[in-house]
Amino acid sequence: MTGKMTVVEGSYAVAHAVKICRPNVISAYPITPQTHIVEDLSQFMADGEIPNCEYINVESEFSAISTLVGASAVGARTYSSTTSQGLELMHEVLFNVSGMRLPIVMTVANRAVSAPINIWNDHQDSISQRDTGWMQLYAEDPQEAADMTAQAYRVAEDKDIMLPAMVCMDGFILSHVYEPVILLEQELTDEYLPGFEPEHILDPAKPKTFGAFADPSTYTEFRYLQQKGMDAALEKIENAADDFNKIFGRYYGGLIDTYEAEDAEILLFAMGSVVGTIKDVIDRARTEGVKVGLVKVRAFRPFPVEAIRKVVKDASVIVTLDKNISLGLNEGALCTEVKSCLYNTDINIPVIGFLLGHGGRDIPRRNIRMIIDKAKQVIRSGVTIESEYADLRGELI
Amino acid sequence: MKEIRIHGRGGQGSVTAAELLAVAAFEDGKYSQAFPAFGVERRGAPVTAFTRINDRRIRLRSQIYEPDYIIVQDPTLIEVVDVASGAKPNGKILINTEFSPDTFDLDTEAQVMTIDATRIALDIIGRPIVNTILLGAFAGATGEIRVESIQNAVTERFPGKVGEKNSQAVLEAYQRMEAV
Repeated sequence: MTGKMTVVEGSYAVAHAVKICRPNVISAYPITPQTHIVEDLSQFMADGEIPNCEYINVESEFSAISTLVGASAVGARTYSSTTSQGLELMHEVLFNVSGMRLPIVMTVANRAVSAPINIWNDHQDSISQRDTGWMQLYAEDPQEAADMTAQAYRVAEDKDIMLPAMVCMDGFILSHVYEPVILLEQELTDEYLPGFEPEHILDPAKPKTFGAFADPSTYTEFRYLQQKGMDAALEKIENAADDFNKIFGRYYGGLIDTYEAEDAEILLFAMGSVVGTIKDVIDRARTEGVKVGLVKVRAFRPFPVEAIRKVVKDASVIVTLDKNISLGLNEGALCTEVKSCLYNTDINIPVIGFLLGHGGRDIPRRNIRMIIDKAKQVIRSGVTIESEYADLRGELI
Repeated sequence: MKEIRIHGRGGQGSVTAAELLAVAAFEDGKYSQAFPAFGVERRGAPVTAFTRINDRRIRLRSQIYEPDYIIVQDPTLIEVVDVASGAKPNGKILINTEFSPDTFDLDTEAQVMTIDATRIALDIIGRPIVNTILLGAFAGATGEIRVESIQNAVTERFPGKVGEKNSQAVLEAYQRMEAV
């Protein structure tokens, strides 16, 4: 690794990364647990540390993201951050952002959604924005969340992609943790991330229209081309991670990363901070001879279908861990997506899903261990329950 | 890996103490991680914060259930919170109180230690803020961390006179506990 480590809060590491990425317009509305990120950015602005940048205060998340639509369309590099109800309030505009091909980057400090009101971490907020046409990347720790910010700009602003990106980091667990982080260096980041020079901008001298009316004769093609952008992003996300590694000497995987997966009979799938806890549990289980490994999903959109097909083929059972649920299906998104990408292939591996860590419920190592034990049973006697909670408090029901 | 749990009340700086401990441990050449038991913070309400210290990078993200060390900033918490919960048998529980360890009937095999940090705070800092002082006491009682690293973390966080006084109080608490 290059660079000097310093102990900072996860939010600070991300806010600092944003600063180093040289944004031109920031607009955000404070909401727990995203608050520290925008407070730190406000401080940088007040201290004159972000040149050529304007921080636009607004009265809601709807306004924050709408402000960035205008700013991005005139060629500004833009940033916002939000979570939970704030992200849900942006919902309508999120489609406009991706439909206009505006490469806005936004940190989501993942939090549960109301009701009942809950300020703690899960992934329901961003997963509920799955089909808005934004790329979604999930970070394991503060270092990755910070570095992923630069990677996200690099991919989003690529002329073959031009799509917005959410960098998702677990609220509180990653946003409020203090630990050693290498803060992004300006010189290296300038080398890694060129200035934003879009092919098309709003300019009175050369009038154009963004997001104009598209009737049935053209609308389908706009949507098709958005998907093409997502397709292109698959390779570019990998490249962005590789190039980052070359310059900074840090690598977290591309679309996915694997841990002890090579000979794994039990292959766990997870996103976000729980990945770290899982790795510790795997180390312990391996010493006891349990062949268990992990696929860390970094990119949820675009979804790494081919990468997953390749990595699972020798497993005996696949186990997904989801901090979200599709009510009415009783599955988390990873469970559904992983199953879906194995269909119409010659892969026939049982998939079981576990729901856990919702609304900030802590995920101790013993819960992961229990999940691994249940996976062993599936190898012995097949699937009995396709998807269930791993941490339900039965006594409360 | 060493795991530390800090009990306090909102406003007593428990979260800051956990962070400073992480900064100091890092200065000692260790990896560290500090985080609060995220609540909706209110002044006076029980607050818990955690610090992990390790020779390797720390990946674990769960709360701490079996701490090696427990720091109790406010002895009145003992009546409302099970501060000894999960304490390792060979662990240590450090309580800020004027009373001696045998005053406390905690359900634990861990060693109970006490220090009158409030007195030190009033004498040296002039205010009953004990979070930094207990870190000095922690360094003295456990030997897990150099007191100089605690002092540096404190003066970096609180520049000027406040930091200097805190640093002096940290050293005082360290020396008292080291002598125990």
